[in-house]
Amino acid sequence: MPKPFTPKVVTANALLEGDVIYLSADGWTRDLSQADVLTDEADADLRLIEASAQVDTVVGVYLADVDVQDGVPVPVHFREAFRAKGPSNYIHGKQEAPQQEQL
Amino acid sequence: MYHYTDFDDAFLKERNAQFRAQVERRIDGSLTEDEFKPLRLMNGLYLQLHAYMLRVAIPYGTLNSRQMEKLADIADRWDKGYGHFTTRQNIQYNWPELRDVPDMLDALAEVNMHAIQTSGNTIRNVTADHFAGAAADEVADPRPVAELIRQWSTDHPEFQFLPRKFKVAVTGAAADRAVIKAHDIGLQIVEKDGTLGFKVIVGGGLGRTPMIGKVLYEFVSQEDLLPTLEAIVSVYNLLGRRDNKYKARIKITVHENGIEDIRARVDSRYKLIREQFTGIDQQMLARIEADFATPTFVKSDVTPYHSTYQHDPLFRSWADTNIAAHKNPDYAIVSISLKAHGKTPGDATSRQMRLMAQLAKRYGHDELRISHEQNVILPHVHKGDLPSVYYALKAEGLGTANIGLISDIIACPGMDYCALATARSIPIAQEIATHFDALKLEHEVGPLKIKISGCINACGHHHVGHIGILGLDRAGVENYQITLGGDGTEDAQIGERAGPGFSADEIIPAVERIVMAYLDLRDSPAETFLNTYRRLGLAPFKAALYPEAAANAA
Repeated sequence: MPKPFTPKVVTANALLEGDVIYLSADGWTRDLSQADVLTDEADADLRLIEASAQVDTVVGVYLADVDVQDGVPVPVHFREAFRAKGPSNYIHGKQEAPQQEQL
Repeated sequence: MYHYTDFDDAFLKERNAQFRAQVERRIDGSLTEDEFKPLRLMNGLYLQLHAYMLRVAIPYGTLNSRQMEKLADIADRWDKGYGHFTTRQNIQYNWPELRDVPDMLDALAEVNMHAIQTSGNTIRNVTADHFAGAAADEVADPRPVAELIRQWSTDHPEFQFLPRKFKVAVTGAAADRAVIKAHDIGLQIVEKDGTLGFKVIVGGGLGRTPMIGKVLYEFVSQEDLLPTLEAIVSVYNLLGRRDNKYKARIKITVHENGIEDIRARVDSRYKLIREQFTGIDQQMLARIEADFATPTFVKSDVTPYHSTYQHDPLFRSWADTNIAAHKNPDYAIVSISLKAHGKTPGDATSRQMRLMAQLAKRYGHDELRISHEQNVILPHVHKGDLPSVYYALKAEGLGTANIGLISDIIACPGMDYCALATARSIPIAQEIATHFDALKLEHEVGPLKIKISGCINACGHHHVGHIGILGLDRAGVENYQITLGGDGTEDAQIGERAGPGFSADEIIPAVERIVMAYLDLRDSPAETFLNTYRRLGLAPFKAALYPEAAANAA
């Protein structure tokens, strides 16, 4: 029996800065809470294909599992939690300068 | 140290211009990521978890004050004001932006530095004993031959697409501070009948299948070294497994074919290529050796050292742990700890880098070294200057007296930075260091090497840690496996896995149980952790690690 589809977001790294980005309704965002949560597998596949085609903007596109808490996506796996937050030894990355802007 | 020629300068300039054009073409969309990736990796540029990472080569860990100052300038201008010194004697910048990297490379080239062959399936940065040229126990300085190997291997047309990366380490002393038995090729300078030559070890390596290297030749003359190396790498290039990246390293080639078969193939290849080496390499080596001439040591008063040692217990503690014997008895080798308790192992701020450069200039014959243990060395400091050096270091958070002790931990960047990692390393190292500092047990415990890797690739050398810690992902949770009894010296050994792993919350108490067991088990304070382990084996430590299992078995 196929595994049920669980909620996901499309994520990648920005080509110029290299930092973690997520696909939102309006394009790419650096803030996971702004990401589009994909609950339909076919829709997720389509968004992944569209995002992967943006080779001049992003690198390494994939689908990452999320939970939805109070309507906001949160990482399921600790790797995604570190990607969403930044390193644990310095206040660098997203925790240094939270950026909400779209790419 | 080696001085670049006009040829070297022109080579770097051309290479950087090529890469600048490649970056521009990636940004304007002319190159896809698939096309660009091998080009950026050839220039040391990775894409990691949160950002790009630029890995800069520090050949055989040697640099001068001007180079160290340039590394600091780069950290300030294009990164976040610090750099991370690695177990490969490199420096990594964790936050560069793609557009800036060509400028960073140009800045490096101003001081004869680069990032070539710090990535990719090629011969990587050649590493060496960090006490090279200074150690009291040295047969000869390994750096001239390391530089010759660097020149031979850089852009060598036959070896740009090897089955996997290839690492060479060189030592000039019997006491192995370069971990030569865990390298693809390890070279030890040895003396035979009054002539210097090389013991050649092949097929060592850590990672997924850790192996101690095997002796291929007990003695290779200096004239035969490059043809021998060329023959070894040629044999590996042809024979190495390209069907499975996990079996592609030369350690697997040696293991699967046997050392005798490899020796026969190398002998055969050597005979074919020997005449191509007409002696020019030896002329080059002679020129290189002149660049590594021993500094002119001064005769000066050592009284300040002895009086400070007597009157300042903090200086005494630092001197006891951070100073090693120099070949000139009036001098000392200073290891500067980049392991202040609670800090990230191997990280130095730009301000700290500048201070170390200034101290090297003023007190250290303008020489610095990076150790594979992620510390910085001032190889030639007059003993009379040691108090001045220590107080200056202490003022900038660089005076930690812990070289070789429990908090002098090797830790790879782990999942805080590395895209390959399966768990974090840095917070575990930080917690161990602060925990044992709080217990005030560090000096009581004595020599003990803890090495932590955040994945099976073992960049943190956990297999050769007296206590090795390997971070893994177990069903979406960070889990840490312990190995015991590893050793990266001339008596190299792979550690034994102790048993089931521990969660992040459990790993510090687990390490504490091992250490407390050692304190109970040692026959005297003079018996080191490793010697106690070798005397008693895994069992008593396992019982301490897993008290419930021990109780159930009883």
